[in-house]
Amino acid sequence: MQWEVVIGLEIHAQLATQSKIFSGAAIAYGAEPNTQACAVDLGLPGVLPVLNAEAVRMAVKFGLATGCEIGQRSIFARKNYFYPDLPKGYQISQHDLPIVGRGALEIELEDGSIKIVGITRAHLEEDAGKSLHEDFAGLTGIDLNRAGTPLLEIVSEPDMRSAKEAVAYMRKIHALVQYLEICDGNMQEGSFRCDANVSVRPKGQHAFGTRAEIKNLNSFRYIERAINFEVERQIDVIEGGGTIVQETRLYDPDKHETRSMRSKEEAFDYRYFPDPDLLPVVIEDSFIEAVRATLPELPAAKKQRFEQDYGLKGDEAAILTGSRELASYFETVVQASGGEAKLAANWVTSELLGALNRDGKELGDSPVSAEMLALMIKRIVDNTISGKIAKQVFAAMWAGEGDADTIIAAKGLKQVTDTGFIEKIIDEVLANSPTQVADYKAGKEKMLGYLVGQIMKASQGKANPAQVNQLLKQKL
Amino acid sequence: MSLERSDVERIAHLARLEVAEKDISEYARNLSNIFGLVAQLEAVDTDGVKPMAHPFDAVQRLRADEVTESNQRDHFQQIAPKVADGLYLVPKVLD
Repeated sequence: MQWEVVIGLEIHAQLATQSKIFSGAAIAYGAEPNTQACAVDLGLPGVLPVLNAEAVRMAVKFGLATGCEIGQRSIFARKNYFYPDLPKGYQISQHDLPIVGRGALEIELEDGSIKIVGITRAHLEEDAGKSLHEDFAGLTGIDLNRAGTPLLEIVSEPDMRSAKEAVAYMRKIHALVQYLEICDGNMQEGSFRCDANVSVRPKGQHAFGTRAEIKNLNSFRYIERAINFEVERQIDVIEGGGTIVQETRLYDPDKHETRSMRSKEEAFDYRYFPDPDLLPVVIEDSFIEAVRATLPELPAAKKQRFEQDYGLKGDEAAILTGSRELASYFETVVQASGGEAKLAANWVTSELLGALNRDGKELGDSPVSAEMLALMIKRIVDNTISGKIAKQVFAAMWAGEGDADTIIAAKGLKQVTDTGFIEKIIDEVLANSPTQVADYKAGKEKMLGYLVGQIMKASQGKANPAQVNQLLKQKL
Repeated sequence: MSLERSDVERIAHLARLEVAEKDISEYARNLSNIFGLVAQLEAVDTDGVKPMAHPFDAVQRLRADEVTESNQRDHFQQIAPKVADGLYLVPKVLD
């Protein structure tokens, strides 16, 4: 039987605020346990949660960027369950009236086609604390620093049909929240993670199959592997005559499998009700317009502009607009080099990204600044160095040996355009290569390349290749 | 609608309440009465009435995004039954 996979994602993006969503405690990552957990976060009696304005602004910003409806009247609700990482006995979340309503996002698939994935809603909620199960002689250690951290939970429609589509959607949201500067996107620290709802159905069937929810996927690789594993598991169960149980499953990357989280099964009855501690949130039109005015150019618009204004190819433009930081680096190089967009795109996507990747560095830590790269490109354009020598210059800049001019001078890399000097080298090479010259004259065209190579080598790469070609042909 | 004993047991479990065996039928009766009241309310024509999320006719005040709390861990942990390495210790919970 042919099976169709149906996937919906719930993405949790930690909002990049200074303080918690309902309290004035800090949310700095990596602090000593419980040093950022105040009375509100601990759920002590008599405390009152007060909503963080910045969290509201960030949620609205996301809604506007994705063309979602903005819930101008929005309600916080209590989601009740007992777990020691949430000492109140409930999580403050949103249920009936979320802050962000329906919208959609375009994703680009591997074959270049566009697919629209519906966004059901995005709501504000607080994160829970962390449980540490080791080292406490049969007890569990609880760190409540993370309790109360603002999250935007972005819920998609069950529109994705493969693990790859799910990853493409997640990447798109990941890039977007960073563009909007509402989330740092750090997946290792858990600032951006997702749960996947996965089901299968016979191809052509309209009704959805029973779904399983895979929890806490915090890398693009894991989400793809976890979904693919889960799809195979479900198909095996059904084809073996069994039925799928609606349940929560946890992905174990070490064993590469998903397994049932039995303890959560009973907890599905969350008994939501409006939180009496929080009044309805009303968002005025003026607030929305003020947020709209702060929207940056979004990735899709930027990509289109890069293609049109700089004449870049689609894939180059996609790479360069992958993050706001990289796009801005590229545009600085273009400007400072006097508009050399194609060379800039080339050097940024190949040499710069290659070196960053090789050394595991972030763009912010690059030893070669945009201005330094621009100067080097100027030296290619004004024929001071060839593209080949430029690679040496780049490597030296990367190693911290100074800017392009300093390195060219120090290493004597200036390209030679003196005809007399080049001719002298050509004569020497020709005299030393009688066989190759004879072959060339007998019609072996490719011997020209060999001879050019020898000449460039003899000039230590400093001869201008165009000049060498021209002079060599004259002499032959 | 009237509640069975099993409903009361389930609600009590979800709320982590211990209910004495002999009290269950009385709770079931009392809770069923509340359901009766709700049923009466539901019979009222509420077309065009916006659902109320809060009894006050007011909107939520927002606070500025500033860190205003300092570390008071030692103070809070004085009332905790058990702590270690800055963590609150609780009976083991595992998935």
